[in-house]
Amino acid sequence: MLGLNKKDTALFLIVIALTILAPFILNPFPTNSAMAQFNAGYPDLMQRFVIFGIFAIGFNILFGLTGYLSFGHAAFLGVGSYAAVWMFKLFTYNVIPAIVVAVILAGLFSLLIGYISLRRSGIYFSILTLAFAQMSFALAYSVLSNPKFNLTNGETGLQVYGDDPQIFHGAGLPNLPHLFGWSMRGNNQMSFGAWDFNFNTGYYVCAVCMILAFYIAIRIFRSPFGMMLRAVKSNQTRMTYTGLNSRPYALAAFVISGMYAGLAGGLMAAVDPLAGAERMQWTASGEVVLMTILGGAGTLIGPILGAGFIKYFENIFSKINDAVLHSWFSFLPDGLEDVVVALIYPFVGKGWHLTLGMLFMLVVIFLPGGLVEGGQRIGRFTFRRRDAKGSDAERDAANQRNPAE
Amino acid sequence: MSKSTLTRRGLLKTSAVAGAGVALPTIFTASSAAAYMNEPTGSSVTLGFNVPQTGPYADEGADELLAQKLAVEHLNGEGDGGCLSTFTSKALQGNGILGKKVEFVTGDTQTKSDAARASAKSMIEKDGAIMINGGSSSGVAVAVQGLCQEAGIIFMAGLTHANDTTGKDRKANGFRHFFNAYMSGAALAPVLAKEMGEDRRAYHLTADYNWGWTQEESIVASTEALGWETVNTVKTPLASTDFSSYITPVLNSGADVLVLNHYGGNMVNSLTNAIQFGLLDKQVNGKDFKIVVPLYSELMAQGAGENIKGVLGSMNYNWQLENEGSKAFVKSFGEKYGKPPSNSAQTCYAQVLLYADACERAGTFNPCGVAEALEGFEFDGLGNGKTLYRAEDHQCFKDVLVVRGAQNPSSQYDTLEIVEITPVDQVMYPPNHPMFGGDEATLGECNAGA
Repeated sequence: MLGLNKKDTALFLIVIALTILAPFILNPFPTNSAMAQFNAGYPDLMQRFVIFGIFAIGFNILFGLTGYLSFGHAAFLGVGSYAAVWMFKLFTYNVIPAIVVAVILAGLFSLLIGYISLRRSGIYFSILTLAFAQMSFALAYSVLSNPKFNLTNGETGLQVYGDDPQIFHGAGLPNLPHLFGWSMRGNNQMSFGAWDFNFNTGYYVCAVCMILAFYIAIRIFRSPFGMMLRAVKSNQTRMTYTGLNSRPYALAAFVISGMYAGLAGGLMAAVDPLAGAERMQWTASGEVVLMTILGGAGTLIGPILGAGFIKYFENIFSKINDAVLHSWFSFLPDGLEDVVVALIYPFVGKGWHLTLGMLFMLVVIFLPGGLVEGGQRIGRFTFRRRDAKGSDAERDAANQRNPAE
Repeated sequence: MSKSTLTRRGLLKTSAVAGAGVALPTIFTASSAAAYMNEPTGSSVTLGFNVPQTGPYADEGADELLAQKLAVEHLNGEGDGGCLSTFTSKALQGNGILGKKVEFVTGDTQTKSDAARASAKSMIEKDGAIMINGGSSSGVAVAVQGLCQEAGIIFMAGLTHANDTTGKDRKANGFRHFFNAYMSGAALAPVLAKEMGEDRRAYHLTADYNWGWTQEESIVASTEALGWETVNTVKTPLASTDFSSYITPVLNSGADVLVLNHYGGNMVNSLTNAIQFGLLDKQVNGKDFKIVVPLYSELMAQGAGENIKGVLGSMNYNWQLENEGSKAFVKSFGEKYGKPPSNSAQTCYAQVLLYADACERAGTFNPCGVAEALEGFEFDGLGNGKTLYRAEDHQCFKDVLVVRGAQNPSSQYDTLEIVEITPVDQVMYPPNHPMFGGDEATLGECNAGA
């Protein structure tokens, strides 16, 4: 289907099903139960899942295929966001032109940075991209936000104000980002008994983008171009000796992944029209590296899983405070309750980084192929017979990852 | 023969299923009966406390959270009731808000506008928070205020000192109890004139972001009105930890006052550097060299330790204030947590009570009703003395404290001493003041969401 082989089609259909049914899958617990704490099916987090999924898919095209580890991808995400908010400010709240411009500008910006950074490889490339990203952050945070020339509005973040021109803003249109009149904030809540499910316009716009982005990523992975990128990863020197100039390929991969980041940034601005400089900081660049490695670099679905995993931790685990813990363990005798809470508390709430860090270590040590490898091991364990044929789209991709370094 | 398998029964079945499918969403959709966003329907109401729990202002955020928890206890009639007895409005009964028990959820702003908006959004969308309170940065306050305006709930700002929060970025759904940079300048100027004379030459080091600029602008304006001369204003990057390279030029500039428009760790470091260079022991133009830190906090004072002795600054509130409201609050906070409250804690505590009281007086949680009840509200007994919530820009007007690093502190909590309580009339300004967005700044329409 659509030029994909059977295995890829199956994977693609699974991803489509997961994204479309996410409102159900992510809200497994009744709204008023104690477990509702773990529900992730509210608009903001669902949007984040798919947006960071796009970001990680794009990053994986560069890192998973060519092996170039960029530490500056957040800069492209930021450029996309700023571009989108400026489109809102100057022209219209419709998200389509904003997203298109975000992708184009991020692409141009990554062409510039990629052209310079790709003169070096390995650690030097990483440092160069990191330097550029930090430079962009500093520019956005203070330099480009002085009262005389205010491009980014500094620490407050770029927002849309009532007195902005918005030339094409019609009278009947919502005063928020919208898709031809459907507000991105529009939310339809369905209740089945004790369960509530949220269907959010913004989420489905992002979901459609992610499905498209995922499809394009599969095509790139399976194309001769993708094969060339893998060759860059396995042995660039040998490629050069055969007379091939590999730099244009690496640059193309860099720009494509920059455009993915721009798309993610544009969507972030589309669902919440504010662009803050922090999303360009090096921590944000590091986060996408974590997502990709955690999920499985070089695999198709890994980055999406990794992005979902990290965002889930960031938004759900970080909200478990001591009051919540006390309510969970209130059945224990008083002294014991305090001890249990004191033992668990450092790992949840504001300590969620600690839990995530330990999980990351465990994954890197025991599952070098990321969560995808974990899934495969479980799959192999359960369906041992079927594995004899060795037919799994992800395994192919994961195997190609191995000759790295 | 046609091979079509279309039968009458099949067609009926299919269309019935399709019809049911189309109708399903309308049957189960909770029709938008709610009059406003997150209308509380059960026996409880949820407030959202959005404070920095990680990052540079984490200590301050922790203090704010303690104060907010205390306020919730008092609202629910637990503990000693704190300021409920001294508050001039007697609408609060200690039985929750409008008879509903108060519950709260917390979020981490990380002192980043993006993260703060995300955590506020999740509290609104997932936990059904009816208002958002707290925060420790002007950038965050402005960003979250914008979000609450769009979502249709009330935002009560915590520690935010930049003029913009209730200036050009003011919003109909947002309210600020804390004072601002303009008030700092207006309160400090007369004290500076009295202590240092009217012919000083000032050198500014300013944190290079929105708050730093508005504070610099305010202080420059009010000191130049005194007759002071501004020698130079230098922007320092926010991430700096070593300010030595910025201090050396001060020595050669002919300035005799150094104004540090820095906050938190920045201020601790720049002040320490300045002391290490011996600025305070110098004599320039025949006068003793002085340092001014326009915005002080207890946590900064603790961080800077010995170095703040004699350094002047301003504050929104200090626990040493001797009015009824302040005493009740300090007693309640001290007994529960074993330390006096910081000025950001007091603001967050007061904001929760003010919100609850406004709901009671309005008889509704509808943000438009609450906003109306808060606008032009005059009250006393929350620790700051007589206070007005001005209707035009949702800024509180009250006395401002000028403080000085104490020479002989008796404990780690009285490192600051109150020099003067500047009366509110002296820090008043018109709502269309040019530093506050001029005539263009408007609150916009109140938004109730839904």
